[in-house]
Amino acid sequence: MLTVERVTKSWGQGEGRQQVLRGVDLTLGAAQSLALTGESGSGKSTLLHLIAGLDHADSGTITVAGQTVMALDDGGRAALRRNTVGVIFQQFNLIPSLNVADNITFQARLAGKPDPDWAAVLTRRLGLDGHTAKYPEQLSGGQQQRVAIGRTLAARPALVLADEPTGNLDEETGERVLDLMLELVGETGTALLMVTHSTRLAARLGQRIHLERGRTLP
Amino acid sequence: MKRAALAALLSHWRRRPFQLLTLLLGLATATALWSGVQAINAEARSSYDRAASALGPTPRATITGPDGAALDEGTFVALRRAGWLVTPVVEGTISTRQGPLRVLGIDAFTLPLGDLPEQTGDTAFDISFMGANGPLITAPETAARLAGADLPRLISQAGVAPGLAYGDIPVAQALLGLEGQITHLVVLDGQPPTRTPLADIAPGLQLNQAETTNDMATLTDSFHLNLTAFGLLSFAVGLFIVRGTIGLAFEQRRPVFRTLRALGLPARTLLGLLLGELLALALIAGAAGIALGYLIASALIPDVAATLRGLYGASVEGTLSIRPIWWASGLAIAVLGTGLAAVSSLWQVARLPLLAPAQPRAWARASEAALVWQGAAALGLAALSVALMFFGSGLIAAFVMLGALLVAAALALPLVLYGAMWVGGRLARRPLAQWFWADTRQQLPGLSLALMALLLALAANIGVGTMVSSFRLTFTGWLDQRLASELYVTAETPEQATAMLAWLEPRTDAILPIWNVDAPLNGKPGEIYGVADHPTYRDNWPLLEAVPGVWDRIAAGEGVLVNEQLARAGDLWPGNAITLPGWQAPVLGVYSDYGNPLGQVLMGLDALTQRFPEVERLRFGLRLVPDQVATLSAALVDEFGLPPGNLIDQASIKAFSLQVFERTFTVSRALNVLTLSVAGFAILTSLLTLAAMRLPQLAPVWALGVGRARLARLELVRALVLATLTLICALPVGLLLAWVLLAVINVEAFGWRLPIYLFPRDWVVLAGLSLIAAGAAALLPAIRIARMPPAQLLGVFAHER
Repeated sequence: MLTVERVTKSWGQGEGRQQVLRGVDLTLGAAQSLALTGESGSGKSTLLHLIAGLDHADSGTITVAGQTVMALDDGGRAALRRNTVGVIFQQFNLIPSLNVADNITFQARLAGKPDPDWAAVLTRRLGLDGHTAKYPEQLSGGQQQRVAIGRTLAARPALVLADEPTGNLDEETGERVLDLMLELVGETGTALLMVTHSTRLAARLGQRIHLERGRTLP
Repeated sequence: MKRAALAALLSHWRRRPFQLLTLLLGLATATALWSGVQAINAEARSSYDRAASALGPTPRATITGPDGAALDEGTFVALRRAGWLVTPVVEGTISTRQGPLRVLGIDAFTLPLGDLPEQTGDTAFDISFMGANGPLITAPETAARLAGADLPRLISQAGVAPGLAYGDIPVAQALLGLEGQITHLVVLDGQPPTRTPLADIAPGLQLNQAETTNDMATLTDSFHLNLTAFGLLSFAVGLFIVRGTIGLAFEQRRPVFRTLRALGLPARTLLGLLLGELLALALIAGAAGIALGYLIASALIPDVAATLRGLYGASVEGTLSIRPIWWASGLAIAVLGTGLAAVSSLWQVARLPLLAPAQPRAWARASEAALVWQGAAALGLAALSVALMFFGSGLIAAFVMLGALLVAAALALPLVLYGAMWVGGRLARRPLAQWFWADTRQQLPGLSLALMALLLALAANIGVGTMVSSFRLTFTGWLDQRLASELYVTAETPEQATAMLAWLEPRTDAILPIWNVDAPLNGKPGEIYGVADHPTYRDNWPLLEAVPGVWDRIAAGEGVLVNEQLARAGDLWPGNAITLPGWQAPVLGVYSDYGNPLGQVLMGLDALTQRFPEVERLRFGLRLVPDQVATLSAALVDEFGLPPGNLIDQASIKAFSLQVFERTFTVSRALNVLTLSVAGFAILTSLLTLAAMRLPQLAPVWALGVGRARLARLELVRALVLATLTLICALPVGLLLAWVLLAVINVEAFGWRLPIYLFPRDWVVLAGLSLIAAGAAALLPAIRIARMPPAQLLGVFAHER
């Protein structure tokens, strides 16, 4: 599903140039889950963004569902995010002017594969039944993150990339949200790559890779 | 994909209907003011074109007597017999109580059918049209205006130029007092090559080449350019609102754009959708604006028509017709304006980095960074304005100078306000005052567009107000000088004039003939008046420049006086000479002659009668004790049976002249008020939209112990401080504008220069009005703050809900 080979990435130029990723390798099969851990600034989010096609790698190869991300143009990468990859952001990134129901179905509609029944199941499973008419600003942080998870899974992506999905939540809420996410990912056969700085949360996923100074440590 | 994304984008407006309303209203108002002015101009120009093409769609050569004199009917017959394809025309203007009417006598037998407006041809070639008892054909609106006038039967026909009536030759001759005469012959197409030369048919016949210019359109160009400039200013003020609203809407949606891109929406699609959204909004607002513009134009066109009649003698009926081109141009300007207002926002979206961190104050920071560029642009435009002031010439250059001056002032305003806030902060001692100045400075990026619009509106108000008031003061003083005679009388026949003079001699202090002829002045149409050698002229005539002993030399017939517009147009000042029919006359002086579109020359009465013996000697100005005017008028009516229209007292002429004057500026004043209202609306919308983003700034201050009511009061004070500072900046800009209007644009447009007077009382009133407007605009957001539930303020501090 996902192959990352010798990927490098740096920021800045000249003397201020900072090497963030120094040849990262990883693989993730279908229906597998992988936790990417590391200290702040270790390059976790950068790697996730490169996989999602949100940014360009300097060198190396990233292949998602048979597509080489670096070979895709802007439109191709957008299509990849729309149809194959689902991204769950730490900041939720919900659309504030759409209500919960519309937010959940949004990406599926964007991908041209709306499935109202599946969206209804997700809404119920995520405990958002009584909140479908509410707008994001009327929800708590935990509820907003559950909407973001619902939005991603409603489009049935082959690969879910989660960037510290519980980073903005307290411990208890974070645990509950993660439980739910793992449960749903497991049921749908989706591959999951989750970035977290918490070793405790990472331990709950099938595989773990630790990033340190831009390199993967087993 | 597109549908879902579009729904997400549009949902922003559903959640913020007021913002949508602001955008639509701003754009609609801008379009309305612009298209209203365009509608008025288009209507007037169409009238000129119809009038110019009253006989045939293209101008044709004409044959007249020497110096444009009329011909007798025999000449027409002789020319036709000699093979010339000509058609006779009797043309002139008559005065009716319902206003002037241009009469065009035509000959249905020789005039090609296609030369008359559609339908009119059928009527004109009907047998009932012909003969001395035939009807007149006019436009429906002209017929309505002339209802009750002592005229032949009127037939209404659409397509006839306003203020024009077609009639058979004998009908026109009778109306114009030209029995047996023809004013000119129109040379038709397809002349036989073997026709006899003109000189062999009748001596002195003059063949005049076709004139390709539309005189009335040229004459009134400056007036319409003035209106267009005002329309453009109003449109620019409206665009400030649109720019502000679009900028804010894009800024608020920036995180949504990122999310959409992150969820897989291609950049090109996003841009296309935003463009489509803007286009739809522009078309909706544009259509509403055009409808509103139609209402504005309908309300203003009667005054514009009266002004054009009074100032230029142009016939424009006071009704408005809807023209497709006007609709299209209104929509085009709405779309163009929206595009202009949105171009930088769209550019930012196109270059939107997907991973830029959330920057809630990015817009404000970008605006602060843009200040430097704004300052440089303001300096550049100010330099352009100054350069044009010294080296530019012509009306277009004058308007460009005006535009550069106004835009430079608007661009410089935020910088000035920033400076003022900085000084305020430095001078403040108490912490709350320091916060107030710092916070106000932080608000400036969001408010600066509205404040710039206010500056433009206030400057326009001060400028136009100063111009109109200066003009009024000069004009009334000039009227007092110019209309010195207490009573003006017009005899009906030369015999009656002679008898009247003998009768009036013992009953008045002086009788001053007012005799004039129309004649070419330096080759252009104009009028020549004769003046008696009398203290009335020596004491009162408003001379701008004169040689020593000017009146003695005028009386001796040594030269002439010319009016200011003629002097400026032809560079005819004392020491120069002007070409009159048969006389290269030395210019002895220049006098002001406001409101007259034509060049005018004054010469001694004897010189006039010697050079133009055919001059009509029917009008006189009478000097007498003012309280005897009514008695003498009544006696003149009794003695000579003069109709009331032939006796006009000084007060009536002054009242009429002032009425024409007031009407002239009705449109300017109306547009002025509308522009100011638009600016007030801009402030209201900016404050309301900003209020929604104010919580993070207000909540900490509230938490530190400043009550909501006090915060609300401070919001009010802030609006008043900013409005006051803007007004202070607008004052010098407005006065500069007035100077440009009076000393540059008036000279270019009308041919006369006016002194500038200051009216501080008007400024105080304007200051009061703008403070009330700013206070009213700030009231609603202030009330909201005062009533804001504490939970809402607390929400700012809540990381987890």
